[in-house]
Amino acid sequence: MAEEMTTSPITAAEVRKHHSMWAELFIRLVKEKPMGTVGGVIMLVLILTGIFAEILAPYGYNEIILADRLDPPTASHLLGCDNLGRDLLSRIIYGARISMLVGFCGALLEAAVSLIIGVTSGFFGGKYDMFMQRFVDSFMCFPPLVLYLTIMAVLGPGLLQVILVLGITGGIRGSRVTRSAVIGIKENVYFEAARAIGVPGGRTLIRHVLPNIMPVIIVGFTTVIGRMILSEAMLSFLGFGIPPPTPSWGGMLSGTGRQYMLQAPWMCIWPGLALAAVVYGINMLGDAVRDILDPRLRGGLGRYGGAKLKKMQERLGPDTEKEE
Amino acid sequence: MRAYVVRRFLLMIPTLGIVTVIVFLLVRFIPGDVIDMMMAQMSEQSGMGAELTEEYLREAMGLDQPMHVQYGRWLGVWPQETGEVSGIFQGDLGESLWKNESIVQEIIQRLPVSLELGVIALLTAWIIAIPIGVYSAIRQDTWGDYVGRTIAILAISLPSFWIGTMVIVYPSIWWGWTPSLEYIPIVRDLGVNLVQFMIPGFIMGMVMSGTTMRMTRTMMLEVLRQDYIRTAWAKGLKERTIIVRHAMKNALIPVITIAGMMLPFLISGTVIIEQIFCLPGIGRLMFEALTQRDYPVISGINLVLATVVLLMNLLVDVTYAWLDPRVQYQ
Repeated sequence: MAEEMTTSPITAAEVRKHHSMWAELFIRLVKEKPMGTVGGVIMLVLILTGIFAEILAPYGYNEIILADRLDPPTASHLLGCDNLGRDLLSRIIYGARISMLVGFCGALLEAAVSLIIGVTSGFFGGKYDMFMQRFVDSFMCFPPLVLYLTIMAVLGPGLLQVILVLGITGGIRGSRVTRSAVIGIKENVYFEAARAIGVPGGRTLIRHVLPNIMPVIIVGFTTVIGRMILSEAMLSFLGFGIPPPTPSWGGMLSGTGRQYMLQAPWMCIWPGLALAAVVYGINMLGDAVRDILDPRLRGGLGRYGGAKLKKMQERLGPDTEKEE
Repeated sequence: MRAYVVRRFLLMIPTLGIVTVIVFLLVRFIPGDVIDMMMAQMSEQSGMGAELTEEYLREAMGLDQPMHVQYGRWLGVWPQETGEVSGIFQGDLGESLWKNESIVQEIIQRLPVSLELGVIALLTAWIIAIPIGVYSAIRQDTWGDYVGRTIAILAISLPSFWIGTMVIVYPSIWWGWTPSLEYIPIVRDLGVNLVQFMIPGFIMGMVMSGTTMRMTRTMMLEVLRQDYIRTAWAKGLKERTIIVRHAMKNALIPVITIAGMMLPFLISGTVIIEQIFCLPGIGRLMFEALTQRDYPVISGINLVLATVVLLMNLLVDVTYAWLDPRVQYQ
């Protein structure tokens, strides 16, 4: 009885904390992580550019002005023109839309797939887990780019195909992290207690497991966006991603345009620069979000922040996560 | 220890089985219009379009047989049309659709290029990453650490194909220098070969160094909090001795062994870099096969690479368990 008395206030605090998780995340990001905030701003710029591409771009992405072929950056074409006389600034702006779509849809799909595989595998365990893990093992043997290229060669190029391939294969890889998070939660006392008082399996899954793996999912989501954008660019660069004339930052660096780059070097600067800046920003943001939400820095701290967290961080190191 | 190795080895067998099924199915899901496309391409390129029919092509690829027969033949447990049993189990990956050359031969021919690139890349990554990572860890939360971590994230974010393109474009505009686009084997001229591989290898290593840097930093931070490091300080040892002799020795074991785990990403890197610098390695073979839709070659390379990665993972785990007695064999 006495034990029940002590456990109930903690769960109440937990519930309150979860309500304001997004707000807390945002406040802590701005307060403690200046570089992460810069990354967040870069991501916001990408999203807005992607949404309002039509308004922002001075020309159409495939508007050919033959007189301006290979023009260097001037007042009318701020970033110059490519070999077909298309305004590079406009193409970069429309390219942001592709990167945004691939980044977010891909990361969402990855999160969903990794959630489905990881949670079922970790939660049910047993033979099902054993089989699923061999399957995931086999998938992880394939070098990512080689696998993407092979599947893209079978499916054919296109935006939807890129998102599907990157999202699903990423999700299968990512399910490992989700699975171990679920297994970790199953070892907690509160989970055992829930089982002991006869809470049915489905309910423990929804009330105990899912809310507690959210930080892992959010961290995974933010860190994955950058990789999605980079992978799409690689695929388009190799000619297996987004087919021309749709402007993709990777595709703009490849194809027939390569022959003209010696005469018009600006053709190869801007798309790469845009790509590097966006991926860098998103990775900085992902890193900051991971520092804030890392499950190993939570628990027993009550509220986030303060001297207690500093001490914790000193003991654990702010990024104890092992890279893949 | 022996039981652990045996167990890991046995666990590898079902994984390898699923790998073969994945490779097999991936390529077998070719939609019909790709066969048409192959026909168009083949008649264009070989000039013998007259004899080519869809049935002939399907038959040549063995696609007219039921699924299990195709799989069995490919594996080498079901007799081929000629009656002999020859497949993966016999070390035969079949032949390319375009060149009458065995795929195994082709892969062996291309291997040295990718291997050399990989070794240079790995060494570059270590040379860049380890000093910065160690410094970042021993000066945690100082400006030096922030700079180091920023460099690491920058390295992860830079697209290797962009750097590669810039390296080809700019030096040629400024100094009229272009990297040689003709491959010179290592046996013909060591110096020229090294110069040729240095730049692409360096770019790959630079991109890889980010992950290694973060790993080094994390491992160092972990080791620096151990009791024996405190003991070393208490003994009055110099910081240098503690870092180099006590901390790095232990922190770098996982960093070095994990390099085996990074093999898939290394291979991904070679596909891009070999393409940009026209180096005839496995990555370029893969790319050529993909553009020509040479499906036997594609599945062959996929299978070989996946198997190599799988063996490498096993090797990493075993080495790690052997080097670090604390690893449990369960």
